[in-house]
Amino acid sequence: MSVGDYIRGSQIWKSIFRHPAPVDRRNRVVVMLTNFFLHLHPVSIKQQGIALSYTWCMGGITFFLFLVETITGVLLMFYYRPTLQFAFNDILALRDVTTLGIMREIHRWAAHAMVITVWLHMYRVFLTGSYKPPREFNWVIGVLLLVLTLLLSFTGYLLPWDQLAIWAITVGSNMARATPFLGYEGPGAQLLNIGGFDLITNGSDARFLLLGGRFVGEGTLNRFYILHCVAIPLVVALLIAIHFWRVRKDGGISQPL
Amino acid sequence: MLEHHPDLTASVIYGLGWLYLLLFLMNTLWVWRSYHHDGEVKMFGQGVPVASFWALYAAMLGMVATAHLTGSDNPQMFLLRMPDAFKSAVDSVSGPVSFFSLSVGLFVAVILLREWIVKPTVGWILLNASLIFLALSMTDYDFRQIVGKPDNVPIVAMLFICAFFTWLSFACAVENDQRKAAGKPLYSQEKNEKILVWPDLVYSELICMVLVTALLVAWGIVLQAPLEEPASSAKTPNPSKAPWYFLGLQEMLVYYDPWMAGVVLPSMILVGLMAIPYIDFNKLGNGYYTFNERKFAISTFLFGFLPLWVAMIVLGTFLRGPNWNFFGPYEFWDVHKLELLNNVNVSEWFWYKVMNTKMPVAPAGSDPGTQAGYILLREWLGLLLTFAYLAVLPPLMAVTIFRKFFVKMGFIRFMVLSNLILFMASLPIKMVLRWSFNLKYIVAIPEWFFNI
Repeated sequence: MSVGDYIRGSQIWKSIFRHPAPVDRRNRVVVMLTNFFLHLHPVSIKQQGIALSYTWCMGGITFFLFLVETITGVLLMFYYRPTLQFAFNDILALRDVTTLGIMREIHRWAAHAMVITVWLHMYRVFLTGSYKPPREFNWVIGVLLLVLTLLLSFTGYLLPWDQLAIWAITVGSNMARATPFLGYEGPGAQLLNIGGFDLITNGSDARFLLLGGRFVGEGTLNRFYILHCVAIPLVVALLIAIHFWRVRKDGGISQPL
Repeated sequence: MLEHHPDLTASVIYGLGWLYLLLFLMNTLWVWRSYHHDGEVKMFGQGVPVASFWALYAAMLGMVATAHLTGSDNPQMFLLRMPDAFKSAVDSVSGPVSFFSLSVGLFVAVILLREWIVKPTVGWILLNASLIFLALSMTDYDFRQIVGKPDNVPIVAMLFICAFFTWLSFACAVENDQRKAAGKPLYSQEKNEKILVWPDLVYSELICMVLVTALLVAWGIVLQAPLEEPASSAKTPNPSKAPWYFLGLQEMLVYYDPWMAGVVLPSMILVGLMAIPYIDFNKLGNGYYTFNERKFAISTFLFGFLPLWVAMIVLGTFLRGPNWNFFGPYEFWDVHKLELLNNVNVSEWFWYKVMNTKMPVAPAGSDPGTQAGYILLREWLGLLLTFAYLAVLPPLMAVTIFRKFFVKMGFIRFMVLSNLILFMASLPIKMVLRWSFNLKYIVAIPEWFFNI
């Protein structure tokens, strides 16, 4: 009996995998049904539904990039401190001295790539008409995931705390100042006052809410850090779960119904 | 102009050598494909394989690659570079107008010529042409400064990727449309048995993950993530740019105020995207590529994605320099470049030019109601035009060009669709008005931050 057979025959192995290796038809079905990570998939699928020229694989790559971002992001969180005193220097050290500082490069490039793959995934879903009934609402969830992907990238852009970061966030968040009714330079904001007392000022408008201050400063760094590392990823994870679940419930990967 | 920087250095020439080597290898494979697929052409009374022309081209690329990789004692004297005459010609004709016209023209050409473009040979020639254009352009210092920024590299990649997938989707769509026209089953309906997910899907996912990981690690090694000087709220960089995926929105600031370009129009984009499944009543084209069965839906979406989103990002990233002025692809980003802004509002045009009088102004110290009345009187024409655009055009479209849509969609769906289309069209309309009449605002009420 070889070592491999001994291990596969042991009680520990069997308690984890519950079935023999997926080398015959029966066990190839069973593996899909009993493995937690694989049970996202159906057991069998239409051949053309997974043809590369049809799906482009972009949704799957997006999900994989999200996992890459999570793993590299957690590693970076061990190292990076989101304060004015340390933020820039920690990134500088990641570049120049830290072992595996390449995690920052991978994190940033995977983030850019994820924005692009989300667009291409939507592009493919649109061009194959895969948003049509019964999949309408899953497209809506997909649009929400697009917004959250952009927000993840936007909040992460600030964290290196260099010139590129704060000015990109300044330019981007200046728009919020002009929000109708809710920005202090937005149309209609003047109407929101009680007895001549303005409710919407530069200390209470949409931009202030976003930045946690009147300009991009320490409060913004903390706020964006929490949004980037905790708040948005949690929502994204939930929406991804719903998105995948609905793909299965709505008849699997897009094909003529 | 003073030549501050050399266009060509030894390392640039060497780097381009690798690009030409890649092109050489790609085309060597293409020769093999061409030999088996393309047949012969008649020349001098006898058949010559088409592949031999590709072989000549590949051989030429091989020589160009060798010339680059073996280098030159004096990089400044290296001959293979973008001709200066071409560069200055491109710079002199490029501007927002020609850029937007070009991107819309390309979009129309792709749709009209789709059956021709999807031929593999045509696609291959276009790919080669764009890569050689990029390689030659990299011999220009100013071009390299912008395109070679680490954060801009993904945008260049995105351009090629978007072009490739647009080509691929049209190739599938044209094939399906031709099959339908001939009464044959769709491509995806042939050879479409059920197969097991293990191993067929699980293994391709694994391979895909390995490839993506390898790509990311290689990318991370070759290109360092950007890190500029420490943040300083006192030193504003010029130009100040948002992250690259928002540069299409930043470009809209040229034509609309922040409340429109930064809040209302982006919100309309998202609402419009979410509304798509509920306003597209066409049951055809569910689960396969087609163009003929969904002409309106696909053209509208492609117009929004390619010229209005991707091309605007390219414009905002590569061609907008200090003070958000336009610069040609080979032009030096001169901070002192001046552009005359002499734009007029509809109200100024009406009161000064047409009525030949002063603008109505509320008497000093009058109550807010009177002031508001004067403001509305001053801007009456612009307000009327805006109202007509959003309220009169939809019913007008319902009884004319979109008559069939209106009948099938019903009132609410049609109103949503027509307003979304009108909001989308408001950007190109404002662009054209700006370029042809120097129009600044249709409605200009800075007192209320309400400029359209």
